[in-house]
Amino acid sequence: MVEPVTPAPAPAPAPAPIILDPVEMRKARQARNERIGAWVLPIIVVVLSILAWDRFVVVNDIPHYIIPRPGRVLQALVESWDILMASLGATLILTFSALSIAIVGGVGLAILFAQSKWIEMSFYPYAVILQVTPIIAVAPLIFIWVDSTFVGLLICAWIVAFFPILSNTTLGLQSADHNLVDMMKLYGATRWQTLRFLRLPSALPYFLGGLKIAGGLSLIGAIVAEFVAGTGGAGSGLAFRILEASYRLNIPRMFAAILLISFTGILIFMFMTFLSWLFLHKWHESAIKRES
Amino acid sequence: MSDQTLLSLTQVGKTFSNGTVALQGMSMDIAQGSFVSLLGPSGCGKSTALKIIAGLGNMTTGTLNWPNAKVDRMGRPDHEISFVFQEPTLMLWATVFDNVWLPLRLKGIKKKAALTAVNEALEMVGLAAFSGSYPRELSGGMKMRVSIARALVTRPKLLLMDEPFAALDEITRSKLNDDLLTLWQQLNWTVIFVTHSVFESAYLSNRIVVMASRPGRVVADINVDAPYPRRGDDFRNSAEYNAYCSQTSLALHAAMQAGDHL
Repeated sequence: MVEPVTPAPAPAPAPAPIILDPVEMRKARQARNERIGAWVLPIIVVVLSILAWDRFVVVNDIPHYIIPRPGRVLQALVESWDILMASLGATLILTFSALSIAIVGGVGLAILFAQSKWIEMSFYPYAVILQVTPIIAVAPLIFIWVDSTFVGLLICAWIVAFFPILSNTTLGLQSADHNLVDMMKLYGATRWQTLRFLRLPSALPYFLGGLKIAGGLSLIGAIVAEFVAGTGGAGSGLAFRILEASYRLNIPRMFAAILLISFTGILIFMFMTFLSWLFLHKWHESAIKRES
Repeated sequence: MSDQTLLSLTQVGKTFSNGTVALQGMSMDIAQGSFVSLLGPSGCGKSTALKIIAGLGNMTTGTLNWPNAKVDRMGRPDHEISFVFQEPTLMLWATVFDNVWLPLRLKGIKKKAALTAVNEALEMVGLAAFSGSYPRELSGGMKMRVSIARALVTRPKLLLMDEPFAALDEITRSKLNDDLLTLWQQLNWTVIFVTHSVFESAYLSNRIVVMASRPGRVVADINVDAPYPRRGDDFRNSAEYNAYCSQTSLALHAAMQAGDHL
């Protein structure tokens, strides 16, 4: 403590060529191949699958109103671009509204639960009931009780999305290091300070894990809710387009709509993964690359 | 009890709700500026005693007094107490600076106002160059240094340490022992140091309180009168040090046997 610890010396300016034994060389080669493979392999598999799909349809002479060829789906996507984009916009607004309310509600409730075991014991069962009851069974009731279709849709999507955030954040708030909790007490920290400086940061990795699940679920919830609301309401989301296309046996457009939904789901997942990385890469184990 | 007494335990006992007697009839005065080791086998209540002194656990029987300090209604003294745990216990999401700043931050001291105190504390533990690093980037010994810097940033009168170096390798440990002694002499702390190492306690402290388990209690109180500074191998090789080690060792063996008949 008297002699200062000097930081690690900077690497030598002209590094000598590294001589490796065969095992290390094989390891390095393998690591490089894996890095490339992680991108190239999925692309190859997708391309081959599309080719196989096309050949399958052509060879078996399957009509386009049962399974369309990939080119036909692409054509439908281009032709119905404006309609589909408008619907995608409506579904996205629903998805992100539901997700936002799920975040605010889930985190808020988790904080409330963390304040008192009694509150948690009293209300957690309701959260579980909401989660385990299939939304498709409850949705018709919600649409009877709520006048606005949008609010009904929102409630359905919210119910699906909010549980992972609530349960993960609750667990995270409780998982703060016990010694750090003691230390906060020793320094006379207020409840709010303990929450802000200790419990919330401890819960962040758990919350982000819940958010990754909830992001996908809010899209699923939105689509399911639109399905239940059906063509009767002021439906304009992607699920409505799928229903509409199925009534008209416009199977290529159905495929195009499904494609858009999957693509949106993937984008949401990638965004949440990026968000996790952004907040955690400096300190959390899950986001740190292993060196050996 | 003299005017040099910092704190005084009288017949302190602790019984847990499952009936375990963690501590029984512990009485001792801790003098201002002393370095006291609590030594004993696991389960002898040394950590329990430390937590009671820190105000982190309450006692079943007995009293804890701070004869030369004003106390609040919770019985806590008006001067700073710091605690160093066995693990570094750092906030992994915060930089070294922010970790050390925390005790001041909790008192409402802003970053600018805390700058001098935090940097001084980091300098004392030799980590001034690492204030922007995250804990995961540091070695075990360096993390422990951060923990010590955080403990001394509030200028505590009493430092409580619960087996702080037990998880470190021998070389790092003896380096940290030396540095701790230097800081103790510089800053005029009182240190209560929980350990299960005879050698560590004889090297560091001027008083060793030996405890036995089941029920946890004090069985021997040894004064180590060797003068400070005690540095490195000179002291470790001295006859004086070895005599204290064997005296302490004997007391510890007696304590273990006393605990074993139950």
